[in-house]
Amino acid sequence: MSAVVSESTQVATPAHELRDGAFGHATGLSCRECGHQVALGPHYACPECFGPLEIAYDFPAVTREQIEAGPANIWRYKALLPVPSDIESSPNMEPGFTRLLKADNLGRALGIDNLWVKDDSTNPTNSFKDRVVACALSAAREFGSKVFACPSTGNLANAVAAAGARAGIKTVVFIPSNLEKPKQINSAIYTDSLVAVNGNYDDVNKLASEIAGEEDGWAFVNVNVRPYYAEGSKTLGYEIAEQLGWRLPDQIVIPVASGSQLTKVHKAFQELIKLGLVEDKPYKVYGAQATGCSPVSVAYKAGVDAIRPVKPDTIAKSLAIGNPADGIYVLDVCRQTGGAVEDITDDEVRDAIVLLARTEGVFTETAGGTTVGVLKKLVETGQLDTSLETVVINTGHGLKTLDAVADVVGARATIEPNYAAFRDSGIV
Amino acid sequence: MSISVRIPTILRTYTGGESEVSATGATLAEVLDDLEANFAGIKGRILDDNGALRRFVNVYVGNEDVRFLDDLATPTPDGAQVSVIPAVAGGC
Repeated sequence: MSAVVSESTQVATPAHELRDGAFGHATGLSCRECGHQVALGPHYACPECFGPLEIAYDFPAVTREQIEAGPANIWRYKALLPVPSDIESSPNMEPGFTRLLKADNLGRALGIDNLWVKDDSTNPTNSFKDRVVACALSAAREFGSKVFACPSTGNLANAVAAAGARAGIKTVVFIPSNLEKPKQINSAIYTDSLVAVNGNYDDVNKLASEIAGEEDGWAFVNVNVRPYYAEGSKTLGYEIAEQLGWRLPDQIVIPVASGSQLTKVHKAFQELIKLGLVEDKPYKVYGAQATGCSPVSVAYKAGVDAIRPVKPDTIAKSLAIGNPADGIYVLDVCRQTGGAVEDITDDEVRDAIVLLARTEGVFTETAGGTTVGVLKKLVETGQLDTSLETVVINTGHGLKTLDAVADVVGARATIEPNYAAFRDSGIV
Repeated sequence: MSISVRIPTILRTYTGGESEVSATGATLAEVLDDLEANFAGIKGRILDDNGALRRFVNVYVGNEDVRFLDDLATPTPDGAQVSVIPAVAGGC
């Protein structure tokens, strides 16, 4: 266990001089595995053990009133993020403060008394990724990066390309070549440098990591500026608590790809308790995966800590990460809070997309379908207490993954344009 | 048997800043032993105290993660490219 701040072992320290307060109240980077401390910079892996680096803070006293007086986007929580106090003065996509829907119809369908949907499909590029990218963009800007980049399963590429365009920084986004066409178009519209890689997401990720190690001045949002990027996911947790009236829910169901979002929502809840912004109370965190890529669920059910990587095969491509970096931390959070990790089939994902749309008018992508479908399965298997207040997260918009449901919904009847034909159709 | 090994940024202090070095060995384990002989200390950063790959490092022979192959016993034929990459991931 080392507490020595190490710069000498981090080769890629930026030549760019950091301005005072560039990262708000962040004090450095800390290894989640061994506690080794590293100075703030575009670093993501511990030089001692390869463990993930996380932002360490010296938080100021923050009141609910100060937060509520802030803008209706994630920067209302800027004191708790690695961003400068003047963050609003730089061009960004201003994501966040998305709607928290009381989902009584879905609740009735599933038998849950008090259910909410946190709907992140209303972010600027229609997924929660705008949150993390906004924080990554701030870091890239402060490091003086020339290129803003990412490996992505789609949503992240959309968010990076759009945020880079707005910020006037060159973007290069890498995706698996078999990605859903709408997600490709949603990136290519913002950037002329969409790179389709022949391979799955893990192959794309490997390539990006290699490029990040070679190219100076590139900020890969989920590689070398990952510690800053990941903090953006905390805002989901902050918002849920604030929108519930500064109260934590009893239960929350969150999709798991790398596992970062789930662990950061838990981190957000813990920070709110520590800062005295919400009352300390028990809550359960549940993780959702698609069976075709469910290494964390498999490990959870087997009662083991080691996660064996898999080759993904699921329609939920944004969850199709076979080697989830934060998977073991998902296991920790779900076990410690009394939650669980569950998975469902692709057919169940499709059914859940339709269910959410027809009960709440929310069209979710396959990741959201996975989350709602897992919520349903948790109820059916008695793993979730239906009398407790429950929040389910919708990470992105269904228009990006139309292909997934194209064959399961459509016209119920095709009729001639006359009243008799309508009566004969059996609709009423 | 010459193997090319790509070194991640955080291990280049062991290789004098080199991002790619040559090694020999018929398996990944032998390649790591050879690396250690030339760059003392590097093997201990890639393997844990039990001699297994550290949890947060991915090692590839060619384009394949060795966890899908034979782990440290994965063959490294002449001309193979070994890549050592810190584990990260996108997605939710």
